[in-house]
Amino acid sequence: MLILTCPYCGIRCDETELAPGGEAHLKRFGPGSTDEAFEAYLFERENPMGVHFERWRHAYGCGRWFLAARDTVTLEVFGTYKAQMPEPPEEIVAAIRARRPEWEGRA
Amino acid sequence: MSMRLEQGGRLIDRDAPLDFTFDTNPMRGLRGDTLASALLANGQMLVNRSYKYHRPRGILASGPEEPNALVGLGQGARFEPDQRATTTELFDGLSAMSQNAWPTLGFDMMAVNGWFSGMMPAGFYYKTFTWPQSFWKHVYEPVIREAAASGLPPKEADADRYEHFYAFVDVLIVGGGIAGLQAALEAGRSGARVLLLEQTPHWGGRAPVDGVEIGGKPADAWIGETLATLEAMDNVTLRNRCMGVGVYDHGFALGYERLADHTPGDGQPRHRLWKIRTGRIVTATGAIERPLSFAGNDVPGVMLASAVRDYVVNYGVAPGRRTVVVTNNDDAYRTALALIDAGLEVPVIIDPRERNDGPLARECMRRGVQVETGAAVMKVKGSKRVEGVMLCRANGTGGAGAVLDCDSVAMSGGWSPVVHLWSHCGGKLLWSDEHAHFYPDDARAPTGADGAAFVSTAGAASGCMASGDVLRDAARKGGAAVGAEPGEVPQANDIEEVPMQPVWVMPTKALPELRSKMFLDFQNDVKVSDVQLAAQEGYESVELTKRYTTLGMANDQGKLSNINGLAILAQSLGEEIPQVGTTTFRPPYQPISFGSIAGEARGDIFQPLRRTPMHDWHEANGAYMEPVGHWRRPYCYPKAGESHADAVAREVTATRTSLGLLDASTLGKILVKGPDAGRFLDMLYTNKMSTLKPGRCRYGLMCNENGFLMDDGVVARIDEETFLCHTTSGGADHIHGWMEDWLQCEWWDWKVYTANLTEQYGQIAVVGPNARKVLEKLGGLDVSKEALPFMAWSEGELAGIPVRVFRISFSGELSYEIAVPAGQARALWDKILAAGGKFGVTPYGTEALHVMRAEKGFIMIGDETDGTVIPQDLGLDWAISKKKDDYLGKRAQERAHMVRPDRWKLVGLETLDGSVLPDGIYALGEGMNANGQRVTIGRVTSTYHSPTLGRGIAMGLVEHGPDRMGEVLKFGKTDGGTIEARIVSPVFYDPEGEKQDV
Amino acid sequence: MSDAARVTAVASGAPAAQVDCLPIQGMITLRGQPTEVAEAIRAATGCGLPEQRGIVFEGERGVAWMSPDEWLLLMPQEMVSECLATLAGELSSSHHLAVEVSDARAMFRISGTGAREALARVCPVDLSPATFAAGEIRRTRLAQVPAAFWIGADGAFRLVCFRSVARYAQDVLENAASGAPVGFFPEG
Repeated sequence: MLILTCPYCGIRCDETELAPGGEAHLKRFGPGSTDEAFEAYLFERENPMGVHFERWRHAYGCGRWFLAARDTVTLEVFGTYKAQMPEPPEEIVAAIRARRPEWEGRA
Repeated sequence: MSMRLEQGGRLIDRDAPLDFTFDTNPMRGLRGDTLASALLANGQMLVNRSYKYHRPRGILASGPEEPNALVGLGQGARFEPDQRATTTELFDGLSAMSQNAWPTLGFDMMAVNGWFSGMMPAGFYYKTFTWPQSFWKHVYEPVIREAAASGLPPKEADADRYEHFYAFVDVLIVGGGIAGLQAALEAGRSGARVLLLEQTPHWGGRAPVDGVEIGGKPADAWIGETLATLEAMDNVTLRNRCMGVGVYDHGFALGYERLADHTPGDGQPRHRLWKIRTGRIVTATGAIERPLSFAGNDVPGVMLASAVRDYVVNYGVAPGRRTVVVTNNDDAYRTALALIDAGLEVPVIIDPRERNDGPLARECMRRGVQVETGAAVMKVKGSKRVEGVMLCRANGTGGAGAVLDCDSVAMSGGWSPVVHLWSHCGGKLLWSDEHAHFYPDDARAPTGADGAAFVSTAGAASGCMASGDVLRDAARKGGAAVGAEPGEVPQANDIEEVPMQPVWVMPTKALPELRSKMFLDFQNDVKVSDVQLAAQEGYESVELTKRYTTLGMANDQGKLSNINGLAILAQSLGEEIPQVGTTTFRPPYQPISFGSIAGEARGDIFQPLRRTPMHDWHEANGAYMEPVGHWRRPYCYPKAGESHADAVAREVTATRTSLGLLDASTLGKILVKGPDAGRFLDMLYTNKMSTLKPGRCRYGLMCNENGFLMDDGVVARIDEETFLCHTTSGGADHIHGWMEDWLQCEWWDWKVYTANLTEQYGQIAVVGPNARKVLEKLGGLDVSKEALPFMAWSEGELAGIPVRVFRISFSGELSYEIAVPAGQARALWDKILAAGGKFGVTPYGTEALHVMRAEKGFIMIGDETDGTVIPQDLGLDWAISKKKDDYLGKRAQERAHMVRPDRWKLVGLETLDGSVLPDGIYALGEGMNANGQRVTIGRVTSTYHSPTLGRGIAMGLVEHGPDRMGEVLKFGKTDGGTIEARIVSPVFYDPEGEKQDV
Repeated sequence: MSDAARVTAVASGAPAAQVDCLPIQGMITLRGQPTEVAEAIRAATGCGLPEQRGIVFEGERGVAWMSPDEWLLLMPQEMVSECLATLAGELSSSHHLAVEVSDARAMFRISGTGAREALARVCPVDLSPATFAAGEIRRTRLAQVPAAFWIGADGAFRLVCFRSVARYAQDVLENAASGAPVGFFPEG
């Protein structure tokens, strides 16, 4: 039963107030893209043991989508941040590096 | 035969007798008794038959670790099986039934299983009942289930109230023994919010029973003072009868409060499930004594030494008159002393250690007890009750030795910390050679959201076996939970103890005959020989051995059987216990009631039921309701004596010939507004919405990024910047979330806002050739063809009620869908009914709606679509813009598989005999596929009897379907037969669309 | 609360919280950028812009923070049209969305000493007085449906949910309110 802090309304949300949305920072491929790129966009997902970035919606609250960086094994949360980020923001990356020096960055 | 002692019993009230029954026999106990202590007081040692061999079993323990004394409690609506006698508080009128015995507890037919127990070793079921396959379901399983049944399920609905409670605290402390109390003192002093849970009705745990003195005072006095101190702290909440049953991620924990188990029907909830969020958890859950493995260690009258002590000291009950103590540690000597203090006989203490000259042994000898060191119990005599023990040398094979008469045996194999809660969330363990137990490794604690440890253990749960250590550890952990240094810790009067010596099999070289009567897991009838056999057969992993032998499964959860079983496995494998490891501890620590899990969610509020503004009218007018998501919608309105099919036919005909009325309030209604709204909808829908003129409506399709059709509906353009998007009834919330997802995460710089207005409006479809007339009768809005043509909308008032009227049709008839503020929807509904009287206005349900849309060949999301269907499959190419560069799903629809010519496509189907095709039925092709299955070339997606055409009609997806008009296909029925149907146009009724555009 | 005190509270029989279904409340959903809508909100309601998760009142009118670009405006229902007109006028050149949602919602009043405990039975929210106080609106889950609540000027809770689940919400709340006191909150 995770607790994630919604970066929009500041509530420490109970997992039951949230809806999961899969991996974060996917880049959309549309018409004109190659089959390979489009397939990767649709189906290829990271499944790491360790640092992971994911989408959550504060469904029973402010209705906002936000992103979370957490460890899939220990469930440590490195931070949550707003959804309009193509990449994890610097402070999140710094928080991860402080806790996981061996982390090699996003694949 | 009363076993109640004349003196003693710190928890009972001798002036408060309580009557109860066991297997319908009337018995009497005292207030403060548990059911177990009351049964023992009545001389009822035999309480159950074992699970597999139906061996007679008695009370073994005094707490939640009890494996045998499971009873059916209560009657009727308050009956509950598998309740532990040891944790059941006695009350007047309690009725308990033994389980798993047939026909009676004393004479159990199934005990023959025990005579053949040599033939039912570990894995017996797996090995034996494998052939023939069909026998498993019809013969083996029912017989085994009957033979191995535990309690029976209740037959009546539960009479009691259950509830949840969300509690947020800084520190949760589980366990109200001296460790928990001391930890709470330390944490409470900091001002942090502290919740302290104790599973029993009493605080202080074992300390008072063990004669502990704290700070120079008897434990009871210290406990009373400490409780008073804690109760005076506003920031500390104390809860007894409340067990911490589970620790979950990020500081979530469950507390299981049993408020009314001992006072049934008093108006309190029976159970309250505390859903706790806490910063830190301190588990002060104590330790559990281990049995010893000697032959006949399950005969009624053999008990844990600490339990014997509990019954004597707490309840003034003698488990036996003459008790042999057998122990590998000094603690059980306290039991001998307690028995002697109570005037009972202890002929001998059997101690496998070579010598014992510690203070406890010396005191026992001083009191006249013989102490036999280097000795062991070879086996217990007796079947339904201990009659004596046979002694032997501790390290021998168990040759015949002296026989000693006794009526009970108090055994102790040492103590294991209760590490369950520590382990639930991944806390790791270390092995102590000194105490032969696993204890928490503080360096590898469960970690929380911040990456820091959030669970610690205190006292015996940490592996501290002396009271002084317990208090010091608890103070340290309680302080650490709030980041404080512990204050002054009181001293305890610990007596020096001689080191224990692990004994896993007694005697150590016992022959097979003895090993096959040594029980490790009493509940599941797992013996030493079973685990040894599993090891022999190659089950080297402890997790596999657990499943093969059932060791520690079900209720036990490793409480009594864990260490003893692991030790046997380790021995058999020639490994050390820490290398073998433990099985996984999973919540709940103890079984909790289903009622407590359900909480308020039962009966009318089992799940939310969504009601439209006209819901009450539907119910009052005989509607047969069907669930559509959480909504309830009228399926049809059968009249007296009318079948549902007849009602549907009547509703369809009335609508097609005159006037029908549909409650369409459940349709999703999402307002989309902004300078980029048109551009946004062009991305969402397959067709172009930005070209729609204000005042007009357009049907649209929405696909996901896989290209599959996921929702459809009519979009109305309100003004230049504003669109109202209708979605399917089930899709409103999802589509609104979908829109917000794209707006927030992908096109966040587009200027578009959305609002879900589904609930703001009731919606009424007025349908049929007389639809216009009835609206004209209501008056207030020009609904003429000129003012409000097909696929237009208009705003105004009807009969004085503000409305927005959409000229759209899902039936093929002249149709107006009227949106009205929900609070006034019922009033408008009533007015239309009144005005429609002369047209025979007929409310119709969802089935008539389905029939009419199918007659028109309109698709339905969820019937024609199933998450693998693209709009092109459904002949909806006309609703897919060729001019747009992009829309959600467009790229996917260009993938090779999506453009294959042999995709199954939508057609109409007519049976040759006019009957109705079974739903979901498949069209048969030629030959077999690679899996040896008949090749199929299509399937039915919608099928109805059409009252309009007087025959069965269907829609389906068929390979090359639209190119095969007129062809007859064979469909395979479930009974092996076939049914023939001809491929036709899916539009069965009014193909030119003249009727809706009048 | 001690065992004895708890039993006494039960014996007295009266539920510690009362649930009342309130008549229709005028409501407008307004979406826009805070800097652009602040003046319009003041003109329509007399209220300043509430802080994150805040709810402010000015007489019969109020404004609740729903998300960074959404507010719920409260007023007597007969004032809704006028407020919408005011908003439309003030925001004619700003991208925004303002729409009446009075009929989309149901509203309840939960009063009595047990009100916090009643909500704590069905909402995963820290309802202790130190954590949740007047001036805040909390959007959350009421058993199985979305809801939002705040504390009114009379000290009682107000809770809104969707209209279609009004009866469910009322049944859940009444069930929760009928429980014997838990004795968890200091005042409880």
